[in-house]
Amino acid sequence: MDPTDIARWQFAITTVYHFLFVPITIGLSAMVAGYEIAWLRTRNTAWLRLTKFFGKLFLINFAIGVVTGIVQEFQFGMNWSDYSRFVGDVFGAPLAVEGLLAFFLESTFLGLWIFGWDRIPAKLHAACMVLVHVGTLFSAYFILAANSWMQHPVGFDYNPGTGRAEMTDFAAVLLNKVQLVTFPHVILSAYLTAAAFVVGVGFWQLRQVHRTEHAERDLPVYRRAVRTGAVLLLVSGAGVVATGDVQGKIMTEVQPMKMAAAEALWETEAPADFSVLTIGTLDGSRETFSIKIPGVLSFLATGTTDGEVVGIDELREQYVATYGQDPGEAYYSPGDYTPVIPLTYWTFRLMMGLGLAAMVVGAWILWGTRGGRVPRGRAIMAAAVSLPFLPLFANSFGWIFTEVGRQPWAVFGLMTTDRAVSPTVSTFEVTTSLVLLTLVYGVLAVVEVKLLLTYIARGADPVDPDHDPSAPHTDDRPLAVAY
Amino acid sequence: MELTTVWFTLIAVLWIGYFTLEGFDFGVGMLLPVLAKDDRERRVLLNTIGPVWDGNEVWLLVAGGATFAAFPEWYATLFSGFYLPLLLILLALIVRGLAFEYRAKRDDDTWRARWDTAIVVGSFVPALLWGVAFANILRGVPIDADLEYVGGFFNLLTPYALVGGLTTLALFLTHGAMFLALKTDGAVRDRAGRLAVRLGLVAAVLAVVFLGWTQVMTGTVASAVAFVVAAATLLAGLGAALVRREGWAFLGTFVAIAAGVAGLFLALFPDVMPTSLATGVGLTTTNAAATPYTLGIMTVVAVVFTPVVLLYQGWTYWVFRKRIATHHIPEPAAAPEPASRA
Repeated sequence: MDPTDIARWQFAITTVYHFLFVPITIGLSAMVAGYEIAWLRTRNTAWLRLTKFFGKLFLINFAIGVVTGIVQEFQFGMNWSDYSRFVGDVFGAPLAVEGLLAFFLESTFLGLWIFGWDRIPAKLHAACMVLVHVGTLFSAYFILAANSWMQHPVGFDYNPGTGRAEMTDFAAVLLNKVQLVTFPHVILSAYLTAAAFVVGVGFWQLRQVHRTEHAERDLPVYRRAVRTGAVLLLVSGAGVVATGDVQGKIMTEVQPMKMAAAEALWETEAPADFSVLTIGTLDGSRETFSIKIPGVLSFLATGTTDGEVVGIDELREQYVATYGQDPGEAYYSPGDYTPVIPLTYWTFRLMMGLGLAAMVVGAWILWGTRGGRVPRGRAIMAAAVSLPFLPLFANSFGWIFTEVGRQPWAVFGLMTTDRAVSPTVSTFEVTTSLVLLTLVYGVLAVVEVKLLLTYIARGADPVDPDHDPSAPHTDDRPLAVAY
Repeated sequence: MELTTVWFTLIAVLWIGYFTLEGFDFGVGMLLPVLAKDDRERRVLLNTIGPVWDGNEVWLLVAGGATFAAFPEWYATLFSGFYLPLLLILLALIVRGLAFEYRAKRDDDTWRARWDTAIVVGSFVPALLWGVAFANILRGVPIDADLEYVGGFFNLLTPYALVGGLTTLALFLTHGAMFLALKTDGAVRDRAGRLAVRLGLVAAVLAVVFLGWTQVMTGTVASAVAFVVAAATLLAGLGAALVRREGWAFLGTFVAIAAGVAGLFLALFPDVMPTSLATGVGLTTTNAAATPYTLGIMTVVAVVFTPVVLLYQGWTYWVFRKRIATHHIPEPAAAPEPASRA
């Protein structure tokens, strides 16, 4: 393998891994803040127990998100230095702003939230988690603006003198039309992911506790988790579908090849069908079996069921004609501009399929738990336990789709990925990096999952009804929370 | 002032923030097996930095992001050039950060001992390597006419660079001990105070050698002033530690590190990464910089938000200002058990 391939594998592994933790962090910070506010308003200890329970699970998850995030910032310079030189003037700004606005906010107020239970007034304590959530939203906004620029570069000029893309309009970069639909899509799917986690954990606990001696005390706690989680799941899920629909149309406009690759559509068609699955060769030469829904691809791409969707073959000719010119040879390698079709085809389906499956399970559990019911049965339990994984994988597939579908471009129409890599970093160095990071990440995943399962099984600790954890004290008692 | 100079200054400020803040929590991490005699004392040490270490580390992330935005060529050459040291720093920061969060999550001695090792090693590696990296930036490394680093790994391990590494290591150890003397109570406080003085003497010798060497090699009048301030405040801090004025002592190492880093940046300016090759082209604030448009926007953002960050980060230190002693440490969280069945 040449260093470019190894660097690509490292980017894929570290980014997919990092993004397993990010959506839960975004969504769960909102839910924990919501539970704490509900407790402050009602003084019902069930909400307090949920705050603390999901707060702990949130922290176990957040820690890995933070430490793997450092790698993300460093590896642009380490493995992709020519990319950094070429785009730094545009791409660096949102990254720097992300650090200043988002990372300080998240880390500082999370520290206050963890250790501040008895140090700061209750309302301020809840406000800390709200600020952590605001920090995650800022962070998502700026990093997605940077990514959207790679999908659809705007607000810049190519300067042949310096040989780089130079920013001319920061507002255009931040308000990129790809960004304006990607941000809500990602945030809503983060809510969906966290909600699915809460529903899955809550439902499992509901079934555990409903025959224990503490059923009367514990059932209302987990019921609240399941019900609030399921409602959030369905509402945010609807939003994910709606924003995803708009995204498809914008994608067809700015990167038509990606839409054609999503369906493995070789020939231009009007109307174009959507295949739920295809068995056969994806290069279009042979198709042994396929389930097709008429007109759906046309609808996804154009908004009408008989709209024309341009196929890969025609687009390839267009791209070759368009991208044979400046900003030129130093930044792109001519080729056929086609991504890896089987990967785009299947990841697109898995993203949508798993997301929709999560919504079906969420609706099932919401219905099943109506009016105080605790549904029995293995099927619903199995569905609940698998629920947290559905959006988790849907997120990964979504990102793999959108990043692979952009290939061979690193920055669409400007720079191909093979020209983005660091020219002086050796195969030895980048291999060492890939191997060590993958090993460490692998070990940490095992540790993290075990810890998470232990704390999920332990459940929400009961609270002493006479002790108000939010009452500040000045005496010399032990710390309320300690490492 | 030119925008490129403004950003050179701001990046210096970010590194000053990083080293003065994470510097002491690196020190606390490395002193874990030295100053604590049992698990309760180890937890005293860790809880002094518990609420703040992550916020301290963000200074590094912002320094990295700001370099990317303001001096893309510097970011590209530095990060691809110093590849293996940065990889080691990354791995160290990963295991160290997780160790803080996960150590107390299970009541198990083996579990805790493993994370303690991660904390010690994870604090030692960056404390040493940041000094090595900065020394190499100052000395100049092989950078060719395409602004690419062509030196390899062992090129970074010169005597000057090693002295630089040992200097940051010793300074952060001292800074950590000063911080612990200020933030703990009881036996740990006494031990930390005594050790701080001894460590500080070693750090002072190393710092004088390293900063003096730097001054002779590439210094200016301004850097000389900063280095003198650094040496004077470090010695003043040690004096204060001797008479157990812990607040003043910590302020001493804090200002010493800040002045030392400021002096290094003053000695570097207007270069950002000079070359050691006759045929090479070094990076300067001019040829490495982003466009005036980007620098202008970033300046507005930095001027508006940096004071806000300083305010709320400072407030955190105020909230958690109390000293911590062994009697503040709660019992370890009982081994998690599932709810009992009826």
